[in-house]
Parts: sequence; structure tokens; C-alpha cells
Amino acid sequence: MPTKTLLAQQAASLTDLSIYRHSGHMHAHTKPALHINARQKRAILKRMVLIRVFEEKAGDLFQQKLIPGFIHLSIGQEASTVGSCSALRPDDYIISTHRGHAHILAKGADPKYMYAELFGKAAGYCKGKGGSMHIADFSLGILGANGVVGGGFPIMTGAGLSIKLRKTDQVGMVFFGDGASNRGTFHEAANMAAVFKLPIVFVCENNYYASTSRADKMVSGPSIAARACAYGMPGHFVDGSNVLDVLGAVQEAVDHARSGNGPSLIETSTYRYRGHFEGDKQKYRTAEEIHAHKLHRDPIDRFEKLLLIEGTLTREDIDAVWEGVNARIDEAIRFGMEAPLPQPEDALKDLFVNL
Amino acid sequence: MKSRYISCSKAISEAIAEEMEQDETVFILGEDLVAHGGIFGQFSGLPKLFPDRIIDTPISETAIVGGGIGAALTGMRPIIDMHFADFVTTAMDEIVNQMAKIRYMFGGQAKLPLVLWAPDGSGIRAAAQHSQCLESWFVHTPGLKVVVPSEPADVKGLLKSAIRDDDPVVFFQHKSLFAQRGPVSPEPYYIPLGVADVKRPGAHITLITYSRMTYRCLEAAQELAGQGIDAEVIDLRTLKPLDFNCIAQSVSKTRCAMIVHEACLTGGFGAEIAARIGEELFDCLAAPVARIGAKDVPMPFSPVMEDFVVPQVADIVACAEKTVKRKRL
Ligand SMILES: Cc1ncc(C[n+]2csc(CCOP(=O)(O)OP(=O)(O)O)c2C)c(N)n1
Ligand SMILES: [Mg+2]
Repeated sequence: MPTKTLLAQQAASLTDLSIYRHSGHMHAHTKPALHINARQKRAILKRMVLIRVFEEKAGDLFQQKLIPGFIHLSIGQEASTVGSCSALRPDDYIISTHRGHAHILAKGADPKYMYAELFGKAAGYCKGKGGSMHIADFSLGILGANGVVGGGFPIMTGAGLSIKLRKTDQVGMVFFGDGASNRGTFHEAANMAAVFKLPIVFVCENNYYASTSRADKMVSGPSIAARACAYGMPGHFVDGSNVLDVLGAVQEAVDHARSGNGPSLIETSTYRYRGHFEGDKQKYRTAEEIHAHKLHRDPIDRFEKLLLIEGTLTREDIDAVWEGVNARIDEAIRFGMEAPLPQPEDALKDLFVNL
Repeated sequence: MKSRYISCSKAISEAIAEEMEQDETVFILGEDLVAHGGIFGQFSGLPKLFPDRIIDTPISETAIVGGGIGAALTGMRPIIDMHFADFVTTAMDEIVNQMAKIRYMFGGQAKLPLVLWAPDGSGIRAAAQHSQCLESWFVHTPGLKVVVPSEPADVKGLLKSAIRDDDPVVFFQHKSLFAQRGPVSPEPYYIPLGVADVKRPGAHITLITYSRMTYRCLEAAQELAGQGIDAEVIDLRTLKPLDFNCIAQSVSKTRCAMIVHEACLTGGFGAEIAARIGEELFDCLAAPVARIGAKDVPMPFSPVMEDFVVPQVADIVACAEKTVKRKRL
């Protein structure tokens, strides 16, 4: 048994990735989702690839100055996000963050309206009013990405309370980063969700960095998952580069919430390949570190290898997934590019329901 | 002494370096300051010069702002970096109920020499939660001084005074002005809080403004000059204390006033100035006081809509023309 805390182990793993070659590292919750069938596995791969391609092309478009403002990409974190959302039903809720494209796609959003939003077009999810950091599709249970770190926790507390008051069996999932776990809003919401036994799953995607700040320097305690203990809810740490591990842990938390047992906290250990935002100088980490994660812990690569070894998919099947996704994304970009801009006066609409 | 041309960013880091050099109780507290010298590079060089006095924190704004208050009460002179001015909302109790009131409530026993440094404003297409101008909230809170500079020389001199000031100062730095360059003396100097600056003298109308809109007003004044309208441009530089004398002198001369700010119009600081001009300068007015501010909506993301919401040079020109036309003899 290692005596180092999870956070310390994660910090060590930034330079020593050999940790990841041993199974069961870091006391990870390892009850992978074994029950899912080949069709579901293909769907999971497809979602992860969809996010990867969406994000890579968004990065290119940003570089070509076709996307105004700034964008935060999730490349490298696909397993954490898709594993989590794969445990949800269409009528469940999510709340996302500034790094939100992946969550929103994983909950079923259409990339064409997302690109249109990134381009500031009237056909976008929010009619060009939101942009990258503020995408929502309430019809899919996506209660919004959020530009304020930690802004989502209290809102999800309210959604959870509403589920309870309306006596449905929906579940709410709030995504957040390692950095956001230090906001007071997290602690208030966690306690309230626990005392009210609200059907909420807190998913912390710990990618080691909050902007320029390392988690082991900013988060006190053995891990973020361990903070669950203080609020009397289950907390699990899971290898966020292994999509079936994530799904297994999150499914348990979702079932727990859906059956009226209250909230849980899942911490996924993951890594973002890109800067905090596109254009980030990234003086706080080395190129070698990024490379090592790409090489040894790439979530898509790992899942594809598993599917090949299991014989679930052939190399041709996998190639077909990438081709299909690429075509869909290219079409979505075309839609977004060709869509008209809003009228300037549209800025005055949508403020109130009846004014 | 010959001036150099430097950016607002450079002015900020110079001001802080000079103050840190002479007073070891000055330090900066906030998120992501060290690796890149602040998220806008505004503190470049400082982490190397003062490694223990520029402190990265967790994302815990309540504790950051409250921490600044506690440190100020006990002998330090903190600069609190708010990251984006929009995030003041996450520490409003600390700012409004604590920072602004502690000295007064406790009968003047305590002093709070701190600067809440907050980059505000639109222009980087950052949408509703990263683009606001919120100065009027703080002007409306007794106990806070409020600084809203435009050009680099003012940024430097006012920031140094704000750091030296024994009261809490909310210092709004417009995000679109970080790269804005201007002449700055190489010698250390201070600009007192509460002194406005006439950036352009003129005879026909007074444009009263601050922060980024100062530049837009100067551009507008140039266009207006082409049409025979000679506009005076006053940069207030600080809203509290307010240099109403400067406004009064100018309006007595031009008999016509227009206020321009980027914050949304309703309840904006322009309303306060317009009311005071009405109360105190009614007899010399030849036209109704005009106001321009952003339209009353959150900042939309799409650039076409953002540009519609935020006052443009053409809006200022059109409003000034209309106002001058209404002047009675
Ligand atoms: C209340 C608040 N403080 C600061 C910021 C600026 N900010 C945006 S993202 C970020 C880092 C967030 O880190 P983390 O929660 O780990 O999420 P990640 O970016 O790694 O996905 C910071 C400091 C913000 N948007 N809101
Ligand atoms: Mg993070």
C-alpha cells in the first residue's frame, strides 16, 4: 500500500508515468463497467472520437481566427466525460464548466449548433449570445456551461431539490475541475445535497491543473474524492483515462442517487493536452510531460486497444468510426460557417420573457 | 525628463515594483500570478523580483478578498487581484459588508490600506460573465474609493497612490487597454485620487468620461472638430472621490455636457453626474445633459451584437451633434 496521498501520487506521476503501467494504482475505484455490450462500446468510442475531432478542429478554427473570444478544449479528457455521461438517461441533467464542449457533446448535443455558437451565429445553441463558455440545450437536460468556476454547484443543488419535490427519478450531474473544488460553492452545495439526500453526482475531472496552478499545490487533503467523506457521501477516485472504469464508478453513483440514497462524488484522474485556453503559453509544465501522457494514457488509444484485443471491433471498424465522425464534424463546421450572423438588434432580445 | 512610450501593463508592473521596493508590506494575492506574471501579463517581472510577495492562491475568491482585508487590518498593504472584475460577485460580502464598513462601524479605529485590482470591460469577446463594467456598484457603497484610469501615465500614478492610500481602493483596469501605449515619465511620481484630467480642451460641449471610453471620446472629438464642433474631453480618472470642480469649470464654459461610459446606462455613474450637473449647474446649461452607456443587456458573445451594445465612436459623435444642436443661445 503506498503511503503517499493520492494528490502526492498524482504529482509524482506527472514526471513518472510508470505508475500507470501497474494496474490498481492510486487506490482507484476499479469496478469497470463489464456488463455493456458491443453496440454500447462502439457508441462510447464514437462519442469520444466525436469530442476529440470536434475539439481539434475547434482549435484549428480558433487559430485561423474564425472563432472570436477564447476557447478551453478538453482533448485528453474524453474518457472521463463520456464515461460519466454514458451512465445518464436523456432526461437527466448536467451542468458544465468553462471547459464545456465535451460535456455538452457527451450529453447528446448536435455539433452543428455548437460550431454555429462558437462562430457567434444566429443558428447557434444560444443564438450567438453565449459563445464557447456558455452553451446549453435545455431540451437535452444540459442546464448550461458556466464561465464562473464553481458556478454550477449551487444551481445543481436546486435542480436536485426540484427532482425531489417533483418526485421524478431523474439525476443531476455537475462537472467541475480540481480548481473548482476549492470554491466555497462546492462545500456549501455538497453539504446541502447530502443533508437533503439530493440525487446528485459530483464529477470532479482532475486534470492536475487549474489554469497555471497544480492540484497538489492548491488542494489540501489526500484527494478531492476524500472530501466526500467530510460531507457523509460516497467518494471514489477513478482512472479517468479508462472509460469503462469511469463508467463503472459513475454508474454506481447514478444508481445510488436514482434510488434515493443521495449524492456521491467521483474524482477522475485525467489530463488536458492543450493549454488552459488556446494560446496559453503553458510555462507551468513541460512538453515532455504532455507527450508522456499522450503516449501512455491516451483515453481513446487505450479504449481502441482494448476493443481490438477483446475482438469487439476490428481495425476497419475503428477506421470507419473516425471517418464517420470526421464527415459529421466537417458538415457541422460547414453549417456553422454558412449560417448567417445575428442582427445587431438581436442583442436586445431574450432578456425577459414578457418585456 | 523625457517620457518613454510604455503600455498600461508595463505601467502596472512598474508602479507595483516601485511601491514594493520601498514598502515591504506591499504584496499581491490572487490566482495564477506567478507562472505568467498574471493572466494578462500585467505583473511581468514581479515574481522574479519579489518571489515571496506575489502569492498564488486556490480558486477561493471569498478567502482571497477576505484574506486581503485581514492582512490589511494587521499591518500589511495587500493588492488583491480579482482575475476578472466580474468575479467580484463571488466576494461581495467581503467587499460590501466587510471591506467598505469595517473602519466606519468600528468608529474609525481600523484602517484598511488595500487595493482590489479588477480588470473589467468588453472588447475581448468574452461574453456575459467576463466583460462587465461594475463600477457603479462600488461607487454606491460608501467606504470604497473607485479608480477607473485610461492612459498608461494615469494608470501608473494612480495605482501608486492607491497602494499608498490608507483606505480600500477598487481599481478597475480596462482589459482592452493593457496593450495601449502612452508617454510615461521615467521618474517615480504619484497622481492623487480625486483629480480629473482634461484630455482635450474645447469650447462647445463637455464630454465627461473615463477608462476606455476616454479614447473613444477623443476620437469622437476629432471627428466633431471636422464639423466645427469643439469638444472638451474630461477623463474623470477616479469616480470616488469625484472631481466635480473640474466638471463644473468645464460645463460653465461649454454650457453643454454629455457623459459617456461603457457600463450599461440605467443606474450607471452617468446618472449621478447628470443629476449633480442639474442640481448645481442648472443656470449655466444651454441644453439637456446627455448620457451614453451600454445598452441594458448582459454582454452578448457575437461581435456584431457586442459592438451594438457597447458605445462606439459614431454613437458618441451622433449624440454630441444632437446635443449641441439643442443648445439655446
Ligand atoms: C470564480 C472564478 N474564478 C476564477 C476564474 C478564472 N478561471 C477560469 S478557469 C480557471 C481554472 C479552473 O480550473 P479547474 O477547475 O481545475 O478546471 P479546468 O480548467 O482544469 O478544466 C480559472 C481560475 C473563473 N472563471 N471563475
Ligand atoms: Mg483542472
